[in-house]
Amino acid sequence: MNFKILILGVLCAFFLVAVLSIHPFGKPSNTEMDDYFIQNGQVETGSNNIVASVLFDYRGMDTIGEATLLFAAASGIFIVFRGKKNE
Amino acid sequence: MNKERGMSRIVKTVTCILSIPITIFGLYIILHGHLTPGGGFAGGAIIATLVALFLISFGSVKLPEKSLSVLESLGLVAFIILAFIGLSTSFFHNFLANSNGLFGSSVSFGSNSGFLNTGGIIPLMNLAVGLEVFSALSLILLLMFKGDIND
Amino acid sequence: MISVPFLAVVALILMGLSVVIFKRNLIKIVMGIQVIGSGVNLFLIALGYREGTIAPIFTNASKLEMSLPVPQSLTLTSIVINVAVLALMLSFVIFIYKHYASLDTHERRLKE
Repeated sequence: MNFKILILGVLCAFFLVAVLSIHPFGKPSNTEMDDYFIQNGQVETGSNNIVASVLFDYRGMDTIGEATLLFAAASGIFIVFRGKKNE
Repeated sequence: MNKERGMSRIVKTVTCILSIPITIFGLYIILHGHLTPGGGFAGGAIIATLVALFLISFGSVKLPEKSLSVLESLGLVAFIILAFIGLSTSFFHNFLANSNGLFGSSVSFGSNSGFLNTGGIIPLMNLAVGLEVFSALSLILLLMFKGDIND
Repeated sequence: MISVPFLAVVALILMGLSVVIFKRNLIKIVMGIQVIGSGVNLFLIALGYREGTIAPIFTNASKLEMSLPVPQSLTLTSIVINVAVLALMLSFVIFIYKHYASLDTHERRLKE
């Protein structure tokens, strides 16, 4: 019990030090990639929604991984609820 | 059995009436994914709440699980095939953007009021992902509900 | 001083973590894992905000300064992954309850 409280205290100290040393809210530091997407995303892909064009055109590999993961979760649940086979 | 598990007659009637606006709203969010916030994932989840509504108010839903699995696999395979078509330039090349074909008008930079014919392969990908998310979430809901009854 | 959204993220993650460490019921542990996931989503969104900007959508946009679009796409992916993992965790909890008739993590279950 004391060991768990000690671990939580150490993690709390780590998190507070990290929050103090991050950039202030509202002024992100390196924005070159996002500025390119905002300036050229509408003309190159033809869609008004830059988030959709980033999600499906510029970074489509992440979306393929996510769709496959949803498919794998559905088939995993199918296996759990299959029941005993009658021999 | 099934008569005990459902809810009252008012709830069943309102569920049947509400199913049409919910489906149209979900399809609107999926189809306009390249103009307004939303897209395939949010629209698929909206249509999947219809299955949950029918499960609660009627006690059972007559959707066969085999066809839901086939629909889900179709959505994922269509998404991957769309990624492979433009392979001569690169993987995931947007071969329909600015091409004056299907979904191929050009847009100039700046604020405009949204034309549906633009976007390239992004609306087609939204449709494939929406179909897959709806089938996966409905399949999960049906399996967890059925596993509860059989005890 | 310190900005408030990042403090809220720290509070959410620590609360979720304390639930996972200190509780014995399996369903409460699953809920704690979901709270940690929500805290991480809030952190991703709060990282990509610029002062005085609007959402990165050009349909009827009032001005042309926009916040960063990439963390918002990563948050969409993270939300869907959290839903899939939650469904799988809950189905395992149902399976455990059907076979062992108890949801306590401090009991011994494996037969020697």
